[in-house]
Amino acid sequence: MIFFKNHLVYNVNYFTFEINLQFVKYFFLLFILSGISSGLTAQVAISGRVKDTKGHPIPGASISLKDTYDGATSDSTGAFHFTTTEKGEHILIVTNVGYNTFEQKINIANEPLKVEASLKEQLSELKAVTITAGSFAAGDSKRGAVLSSIDVATTAGSNADITTALKTLPGAQQIGEQEGLFVRGGAGYEAKQYIDGTLVNNPYYSSVPDIAQRGRFSPFLFKGTVFSTGGYSALYGQALSSVVLLESIDLPEKSEIDATISPLVVGLGTQQLTKEKKSSYGFSYNYTNVGLYFDAVKQTPDYFKTPQFHSGDANFRIKTKSGGIIKYYTTFGYNQLGLRRPDVDSLYLKNAFALTNHNWYNNLSWKEYLSNGWKMNLGAGYSTNTDNIVQQIENAGNQPLYFDSSEYWMQVKNFTLTNRQDLSQIKAVFEKKLGGISYLRFGGEYQYAYNSAVYNDTLHKFTDNFSALFAESDIYITNDLAAKLGMRFENSSVLGKADIAPRVSLAYKTGQDAQISAAYGIFYQKPENTQIFYTPNLGYTKATHYIINYQKMTKDRTLRIEAYYKKYEDLVETVPVSFNYFSYNNNGTGYAQGAELFWRDKKTFKNFDYWISYSYLDTKRQFLNYPQQLMPTFAARHTASIVTKRFFTDIKTGINLTYSYATGRPYYDFLINNSGKYYLSDQGMTKDYNSLGFSAEYVPSIGKKNPRTFVVLFASVTNVLGYNAVYGYNYPYSGNPELKRAIEPPAKRFYFIGCFLSWGVDRTQDAINNNL
Amino acid sequence: MKKILFAFVLFIAFAANAQSDKYVAGMQKNIALLDSAKTTQDFLSVSNAFERIGDAEKTQWLPYYYAGLALTRAGWIDKNLDKDANSGKINGICDKAEAIEKNAEICTVRNMAATQQMLVDPQSRWQSYGQAASAALEDGIKLDPNNPRLYYLQGMSIFGTPEAFGGGKKNAKPLFEKAVALYKSFQAKPLYPNWGQKQAEDMLVQCQ
Repeated sequence: MIFFKNHLVYNVNYFTFEINLQFVKYFFLLFILSGISSGLTAQVAISGRVKDTKGHPIPGASISLKDTYDGATSDSTGAFHFTTTEKGEHILIVTNVGYNTFEQKINIANEPLKVEASLKEQLSELKAVTITAGSFAAGDSKRGAVLSSIDVATTAGSNADITTALKTLPGAQQIGEQEGLFVRGGAGYEAKQYIDGTLVNNPYYSSVPDIAQRGRFSPFLFKGTVFSTGGYSALYGQALSSVVLLESIDLPEKSEIDATISPLVVGLGTQQLTKEKKSSYGFSYNYTNVGLYFDAVKQTPDYFKTPQFHSGDANFRIKTKSGGIIKYYTTFGYNQLGLRRPDVDSLYLKNAFALTNHNWYNNLSWKEYLSNGWKMNLGAGYSTNTDNIVQQIENAGNQPLYFDSSEYWMQVKNFTLTNRQDLSQIKAVFEKKLGGISYLRFGGEYQYAYNSAVYNDTLHKFTDNFSALFAESDIYITNDLAAKLGMRFENSSVLGKADIAPRVSLAYKTGQDAQISAAYGIFYQKPENTQIFYTPNLGYTKATHYIINYQKMTKDRTLRIEAYYKKYEDLVETVPVSFNYFSYNNNGTGYAQGAELFWRDKKTFKNFDYWISYSYLDTKRQFLNYPQQLMPTFAARHTASIVTKRFFTDIKTGINLTYSYATGRPYYDFLINNSGKYYLSDQGMTKDYNSLGFSAEYVPSIGKKNPRTFVVLFASVTNVLGYNAVYGYNYPYSGNPELKRAIEPPAKRFYFIGCFLSWGVDRTQDAINNNL
Repeated sequence: MKKILFAFVLFIAFAANAQSDKYVAGMQKNIALLDSAKTTQDFLSVSNAFERIGDAEKTQWLPYYYAGLALTRAGWIDKNLDKDANSGKINGICDKAEAIEKNAEICTVRNMAATQQMLVDPQSRWQSYGQAASAALEDGIKLDPNNPRLYYLQGMSIFGTPEAFGGGKKNAKPLFEKAVALYKSFQAKPLYPNWGQKQAEDMLVQCQ
């Protein structure tokens, strides 16, 4: 045993000795080698060139021999060169951001090696072209945003009305006598609004003759706005000229209480974010009464019922486990007003118009990420809107006057009308990511509409079961070339007709920040309710859009040039049956063509942001009572806006100015001839329109760390220069042009002053965000 | 037996030493290159060289740190560089570094990457990238409250913000003071980052 042990020790010692000897040799060898390694070791040069698949050199690419320190970086011509002492089989890796990694096995012997690497560009949503023809994306998160939500609110002259702010963009007309967006020769009802994918039936406060009404929704409800002036996606239909897509905000950042105090409006609201920050709820109430204001600022109409608006809203939002969100928003509105204006058919009579409106709007949406790259958007909505309208001719002492059928043109001016529009709808859109960044979207929607009107004692009503199916695909051929192909099928039960609407758009990147897009599409729209009441077997009205667009966009400058041609078919024409009673057909036609320019620049002047829009419009249509193709009364040949914003950080004040200009618009008087047809009895052109709007906001809380109360003082004036706007003319029954009356705004200027307070949240970021 | 052990240890130590010599030499060479780099191309190639060392070593975070740092330097000097792409690359490299070790130094690199992205368009990027930048420094302070570079960078951010928004010299000064004080007692290990002292001192002078 001992022997064995000794033996072992001996052996081990011997072995150790051996090792030690080896060590010394090895040490020595290494020592020499490391000292003169570069001189002794055979180095092999590896060189080559890195290119993309089109053969353009890629500079700055990293070339490396896997698991060694050896490698190089390609120069401006894509060339690289390095030497290595490695031998045998190795993997050469070439990487560059935005490209797929290139790997090649190489065998390093004694000869220099040459490697040509061809890198394939990765499809990337950041680099890829976007389809911009016809659409202005506005929002903080969206790429290619033209306006942010705060821009909408701080556009002078808009008084935080989304539609008014959108009118400073090219394509929209400066129309002051009716609410709505009049886009590229289209009437106001040809533009539709969608919130979270579902149609809003009554986006504006109810119409009052000759006075445009505001939108019902505050811009602060939305994180993104897309204003499409044509050629829009197959996901949307029933709008001949334009859609406004509003995307509501997700969870608020913090809980807060907000208040609004102004001589015109008071409001109180809260948003509560739960502790886990997974859900929130909120409600608010606003009351608007313009009584005090009308006492201070004289209005042309005699308001016998002071305009009052009550509105309350509530919402909840829940984040789901897989990153989706469920959102519910409801708003209830009640308003009333009554105003008296001179009657156009006499010198002393008055026309008294009174309106009471009830509106309830509900929107429920669910966005969810499913497995395997599927995404789902579900939406449901219910809204009901009732207008009670009474119109009465009164004498000089404000007493009602009644007429018999011998004065039928006066008799028809006394009426009561109860209008009701109910809309229930569901919509589902499924989206699947195809390879790379291409998408397929498809889905359907169903709307159940009930519309009724009680005119004096006669009830008109119809219901419509409207359904649509749609599919659309965004196909990226390369980062520089994309196509959007879509198809929409629609069916309306009241019309008893279906339609198929194809949509195509293409975008091609011509330079780093520049691109050309083109769009084509067919758009259908149901006739208006009153037309369907009288003639239910009408067909869809139809428009075909052709758009070409050039856009160059850098971080602080945007240039857009767009040209379009739009063909109108099957527009609704009015056929007089008797005075004040009509039937309708689809024989109307028309066209619109034009060119538009948009330029926004935040760079040239420090702390100064401005944009300029210009629209040229050539349009004619034969529709309603137009006996021939005429330029419609809502079209001006040239329209331009300049919007400026400047924030002075030292006085914590922002000052905004908006100037809008439009050439005159035509006005007409159509009378019925002996054979019962309309003819043009008089026409003219209004004078040019000018308006300079001013607004300022003072934000004293800026710069205070976590202020408890966040305060914004806001003041604005429209039409600062006091220009007398004329929107058109009303003609008397006689058609005597001498007696026509100008349609003018109810007051030259509108003043607003208000204070917005919020507690519990640091809104400073918003202000910094917008104004730094 | 002892001898065997001794030999064995010696062998390991020697092998490791040979390895570490190569690593140290590679790092030293490239740190010198980084210090003398002037153009975007210089920074890019030294960054790539560091990244190769990191990829080959697999257990060292420092090469990745320097690879990221070199790209932030390119970001500061090159106006025309695509900051989103560059910062995207920096963050990718920082991810690799943090997979090995999370520390305050990497946070400084992330801070600079986000700051450069924010500066592209402060108006609309303040909220996203501005917050990412300050969050990176806060993370760093949690990991090592005595790292002077964190306070130097915080000071720079405050210094560059308009006074009306809570920035300016006055508010930046205490941060530079803290940074300068910490630099005095800060002992950098070999190869470890050791920049910012002079800059912090210069900034403090500017704040006087």
